[in-house]
Amino acid sequence: MVYLTRKVEFSASHLYHNPAFTPEENRRVFGKCNNPHGHGHNYVLEVTVAGEPDPHTGMVLDLKELKEILQREILDRMDHRFLNYEVPELAGKIPTTETIAMTIWQLLEPRINDRGQGRLQRVRLYETPDLFVDCLGNGQ
Amino acid sequence: MKLVLHRRYRFSASHRLNQPGWTREENRRVYGKCANEHGHGHNYVLDVCVTGPVDPATGMITNLADLDAYIERHVLSEFDHVFLNEQVPAFRSLVPTAENICRVLFDRLHEYPHAQLTSIGLEETGANSFEYAGEIRENV
Repeated sequence: MVYLTRKVEFSASHLYHNPAFTPEENRRVFGKCNNPHGHGHNYVLEVTVAGEPDPHTGMVLDLKELKEILQREILDRMDHRFLNYEVPELAGKIPTTETIAMTIWQLLEPRINDRGQGRLQRVRLYETPDLFVDCLGNGQ
Repeated sequence: MKLVLHRRYRFSASHRLNQPGWTREENRRVYGKCANEHGHGHNYVLDVCVTGPVDPATGMITNLADLDAYIERHVLSEFDHVFLNEQVPAFRSLVPTAENICRVLFDRLHEYPHAQLTSIGLEETGANSFEYAGEIRENV
C-alpha cells in the first residue's frame, strides 16, 4: 500500500454562532470567533489517498485528476468565500475546523473512491500552523 | 466519523543528559555534548492530539479555550523557561531526554476531562521529533 498526499490552500472567512445560545453564551463559548462580521484564515488542506500503484502507470492515481477533483469540489466551493453563508454544505452549521474537515471528507470520498483506484485515507485541515484536524472517515 | 484535533504549543527549556550512576566518561560517551555540565536549551514544540465526539451545539471536539488553559496550567507554566533537571520534580530522578519528556507530558495530559488524549508529539529541534501514544496503545 502506498499513501499519496496532495496539498492545496484556500482562504476563507467564517464565524461561530449558535442561534440557540444567548448572546452572552455565544461570546463565552466562542470568544472572538463570535464576531458577527467574521474573520478569516489561510487554510491548508492535505488529502491522503491510499492504494496500490497501477502496474502500467506506476501511479496510485493520476495527480492531475486529484488536482481537478480538489479544484472542483473544494477550491471552487470554499476559496475566497464566507463559509457560513456561501457554502451550502455548511449552511446552518458551525464551521469549526472539525466540521469543515468532515464536510471535505464527505465531498471527496465518493469522488475519489468511486474511481475504482485508490481510497481516501485522511483529510488533514490546518486552520493555522498550530491548529489542525485529521478526519479519518470511519477507519483508523 | 473519526476526527483527531491537533494543537501545537511551544516552550523553551534547558536540560542536561546525565545518569548520576555513571562515570563522567560513560556519560560523555553515551550523551556526547548533551552531557555538558551546565546544560543547554531547545525550543520545544508540543503537539497535543485529542479525539472524541463533536458536540453538535458547538461543532467542537473540545473548546480550545479549555485545552489552552489546561496545557498552560499543566505544562507551560512549569516547563517554559526553566532548567528541566532542577525545576521539574519528575526529572530529578529521570534523564530528561525527549522520550522521557514525552512520557511525563502524556501522563500529565491523559486526564484532560473534555476529550480523549490519543497521543502527543514533541519536536526538540527541526530535525528531531518524537511521538508517544501511551503504553496501552503500544501493547495493542
